[in-house]
Amino acid sequence: MSQRIFHHPVLGSMEERTALQFQFNGAVYTAYEGETIAGALLAAGVRTLRVHEETGAPRGIYCNIGHCYECRVHVDGIPTVRACMTLVTEGMCVTAGSVLPTPLKKGGHAK
Amino acid sequence: MNDVLVIGAGPAGLSAAIAAARQGLSVKIVDEFYRPGGRLLGQLHEEPDGVWWNGLAEAARLDQEARALGVNISCGVSVYDIARCDDRWRISTTEGEWESSLLLIATGASEAAVPVPGWTLPGVMSIGAAQVMTNVQRVRVGKKGVVIGVNILSVAIARELQLAGVHVEQLILPPLSEVSGKAGRPHEIMRSLLRVAHLAPSPVIRLGSKLMGSAWMQRLAVAFFPSKGVRMWDMPIHLRTAALEIVGTSQVEGVRTARVTPEGLPIPGTEQLIPADFVCIAGGLSPLAELAAIAGCPFAYVPALGGHVPLHDEYMKTPLPGLYVAGNITGIESAKVAMSQGTVAGLSMAQASGLLADDSLLSQAQLQVKRVRQNATIQFHPDIAAGRELVGQMAAAWTAR
Repeated sequence: MSQRIFHHPVLGSMEERTALQFQFNGAVYTAYEGETIAGALLAAGVRTLRVHEETGAPRGIYCNIGHCYECRVHVDGIPTVRACMTLVTEGMCVTAGSVLPTPLKKGGHAK
Repeated sequence: MNDVLVIGAGPAGLSAAIAAARQGLSVKIVDEFYRPGGRLLGQLHEEPDGVWWNGLAEAARLDQEARALGVNISCGVSVYDIARCDDRWRISTTEGEWESSLLLIATGASEAAVPVPGWTLPGVMSIGAAQVMTNVQRVRVGKKGVVIGVNILSVAIARELQLAGVHVEQLILPPLSEVSGKAGRPHEIMRSLLRVAHLAPSPVIRLGSKLMGSAWMQRLAVAFFPSKGVRMWDMPIHLRTAALEIVGTSQVEGVRTARVTPEGLPIPGTEQLIPADFVCIAGGLSPLAELAAIAGCPFAYVPALGGHVPLHDEYMKTPLPGLYVAGNITGIESAKVAMSQGTVAGLSMAQASGLLADDSLLSQAQLQVKRVRQNATIQFHPDIAAGRELVGQMAAAWTAR
């Protein structure tokens, strides 16, 4: 079920907005014009936007206003884009980051 | 080249741009967010007179007014450096470099992070994140949540969440630590809440807050604080419960809590697990002033204003030539104060350019800042006026050096 707040007791009802299709990790999602990547994915129930580059632990939004960079994702091949600051556009291709090798770490993930 | 560059399209930056543009200056604003308004955007609360403060509507009004005056507003642009070259300021942004002789930094505030074990789990976010998601993005952050950190901001936003149909189970304290400091001590929270208790809808709490003026009464109230919490502004506030850990595997599943002593120490054998699918951490606000530091502005550490603030005088001018500040970068106060400070900064910059036809406009605007501060329904700190006085004295001393 969508978590969008279409009707609000003080702010009123949302106006008709254009629906946009975009991809996250290969799956197709719908966003509405004016929604950030973080907002559209949260509305669809997606909370994990990336994994920690070393431990693989799941991460999502934290500050939602661009300060913390916890929501960094790849957008159309560009890394370190903040999902909370970036509006969805039609056909946008978003991917979560993955675990990176740490070959220099003692006893670490050298593969 | 513009006469004035403004960093930050929040209440202060927009108001400054409007004031300066009215006097004939050409103004450009840059902001990192995808739309103007800054922290106005999430704000939604009922004033004591029953009128709703709708930050979205205020932001739209300021945006329209600024654009009508020819102000150029560039959103989605990040500023990463400021340098002095010749007699101008040069800002380096993700869209290129811009120069002007007058620069206003109105970057506002950021939320203090309060680390709690488990806080990196998806579903844990700052209280401001939940506010923006709810009121700006219009997406629910979850079904049932716990707010860690009891302060005026967290109580206000918890109400906004309830308004949007998001259930807030409890507001509790962070675990006592070096980082959480006073925010983990029930005594201190009681003291700070009493400052705003006159706003409470319940006459019992309003009356109670008057009776609780003495320190021993406050101690007594904390000692006997009901284990079920109290409903203050219709919010379930638990002053004697603290978070120990946020639990979950791939996302938030709950918060492990314990009853705490009036000093904030966990009481053995009182642990509980509150199921929740989201958690908001509320650490309070502090001025977001890195860019002023990069510019080389001297600072003062003033806890009453929320932390380190760039030195500035009553004209919102820093000791550096052509560099101005306004809004929460100068101290944590309401958006209304930020707007009035912005107007002062805008008029000051017009005066510095020799374009201010009527100097009384500036003195009136300065008076207005004081008036708005005095009439503020919410005082973020009891010593704001004294803190501002101190910064002004330090700025004067610096300039006289």
